[in-house]
Amino acid sequence: MTRSSLSSSFTVTVNGEPQLLDLDNRTTLLDALREHLDLTGAKKGCDHGQCGACTVLLDGRRVNSCLVLAVAAQGRSVTTIEGLGTADRLHPVQQAFIDHDGLQCGYCTPGQICSAVSALDEVDRGWPSAATADVGAEKITLDDSEIRERMSGNLCRCGAYVNILAAINAVAQ
Amino acid sequence: MREFGYQQVSDVETAVATLATSADARYLGGGTNLVDLMKLGVETPELLIDVTNLPLTDITETADGGVLIGAAVRNSDLAANPVIRQRYPAVAQAVLAGASGQLRNLATTGGNLMQRTRCSYFTDVSKPCNKRVPGSGCPARDGEHHNLAILGASEHCIATSPSDLAVALVALDAVVHVREGDSARAVPLTEFRRLPGDRPDLETTVEPGALITGVSLPGLPIAAASRYRKVRERASYAFAIASIAAAVEVSGGLVADCRIAWGAVAAVPWRATRAEAMLRGKPVAIESFAAAADAELLAAEPLEHNAYKVALIRNVTVELLAELTGVSR
Ligand SMILES: Cc1cc2nc3c(=O)[nH]c(=O)nc-3n(C[C@H](O)[C@H](O)[C@H](O)COP(=O)(O)OP(=O)(O)OC[C@H]3O[C@@H](n4cnc5c(N)ncnc54)[C@H](O)[C@@H]3O)c2cc1C
Ligand code: SF4
Ligand code: FES
Ligand code: FES
Repeated sequence: MTRSSLSSSFTVTVNGEPQLLDLDNRTTLLDALREHLDLTGAKKGCDHGQCGACTVLLDGRRVNSCLVLAVAAQGRSVTTIEGLGTADRLHPVQQAFIDHDGLQCGYCTPGQICSAVSALDEVDRGWPSAATADVGAEKITLDDSEIRERMSGNLCRCGAYVNILAAINAVAQ
Repeated sequence: MREFGYQQVSDVETAVATLATSADARYLGGGTNLVDLMKLGVETPELLIDVTNLPLTDITETADGGVLIGAAVRNSDLAANPVIRQRYPAVAQAVLAGASGQLRNLATTGGNLMQRTRCSYFTDVSKPCNKRVPGSGCPARDGEHHNLAILGASEHCIATSPSDLAVALVALDAVVHVREGDSARAVPLTEFRRLPGDRPDLETTVEPGALITGVSLPGLPIAAASRYRKVRERASYAFAIASIAAAVEVSGGLVADCRIAWGAVAAVPWRATRAEAMLRGKPVAIESFAAAADAELLAAEPLEHNAYKVALIRNVTVELLAELTGVSR
């Protein structure tokens, strides 16, 4: 068998638009977004899955884009912070972060917001978390400890956690 | 990072056959461990075979009242599955105790069982490490080993297996289904991972290149009351320093049956068979739980910086068994 090629051509739908990419297989989804599609909202914090700054939605589910190879996202749909809302029609979670001052430097914020949008969706689908007393229960009661646990994959170096919690609580009401 | 080819496959036969065409190919699940290790230079495959599109994405109920979990089932889907949550709650709890929501959306069942140790010398290519470079030495023994093994280690390697999921699975008699070449084989999880001995680079008992196709759990009434408890250095998003999955069946004040497994104490998810044997038939009481834990820990060989784990795992075991049986401490 011939050796597979070291780069690939493929299509990924990003924020609703199909994008044809021709990339070295080593390119992560995060680098594809930032370096090749000029979508610099998703941030590179650690590049090792340890901080959540790179969080985007892949087929509607939050993932660390720094650990996803772009080539492995072929045929799939990606939503970044740029695709969640527009300047005059913010996503409710974006608006809540502003209303509750859920940020300081803002570096972790795109990841926090994408993560929160997906976390709230997981709650709607009845997914339990490590803070859920009875994993067998069908309905989740979203309290502070549930939100903290569900958002633990997003670190904030500025420590804006208190206001991030308030913002997410406000949307969940 | 070394350049590599990438291939998607849609059936198990092609996956295994494609891997065999290269001396240095790897299966790619969610990539949450493999891509990380490739960035660090620890893994240098020339070909990645993406196995997430294989028809192994379902959780199905089996004839014996158990379940078969496909190897490509994502960790988050496993933890959200109603059958798993009701009949094997420790499995759902173990998954949810690991990593983060984002990582669990990517990580697969097969990849989770195959994830490598978090030993800091293993992940640092500037350091010697018998697991990464056989024969180069083990700096952990005299160095940083506060989260390494107290059971089943060897002079060659004291690494721990970091998987939370594997601990719950091994407690509940899980069987790993693998494809080796043309043949399919079922291996109890208790026998799937290897202790290091003098070959810490060999981590499983299956052939190199074997593809995990799924993991089955038998119909097991005791599992419905199983629980997972994890101790870590921060409240969430951290690996265990000790963990336990357990289930107890009580009859007439005596332990009729039990399942106990420990995590973060050995290179394998540690089924505590000595503790189980000690506990069966004993009165439901703190003394019995402590004696059971002590029986298992007779074999412990703690080092200078991980000796705390002996008391920790003992206490966590007593606490969880007490909780499961309603005994107050
Ligand atoms: C920051 C961080 C925190 C984490 N915290 C935890 C934690 O607290 N608890 C925990 O348990 N885990 C934790 N993890 C680890 C995570 O659970 C694993 O990385 C994940 O489960 C691996 O699954 P994957 O599908 O992404 O595997 P991959 O990274 O794709 O693959 C891992 C290995 O498995 C092999 N493989 C994949 N699929 C198969 C198959 N079907 N058959 C044979 N081999 C296969 C690959 O070749 C590779 O060697 C953490 C990871 C990160 C990055
Ligand atoms: S404990 Fe094992 S993995 Fe860690 S340095 Fe020693 S040989 Fe390597
Ligand atoms: S940059 Fe991806 S998790 Fe930190
Ligand atoms: S606002 Fe600065 S890192 Fe979170």
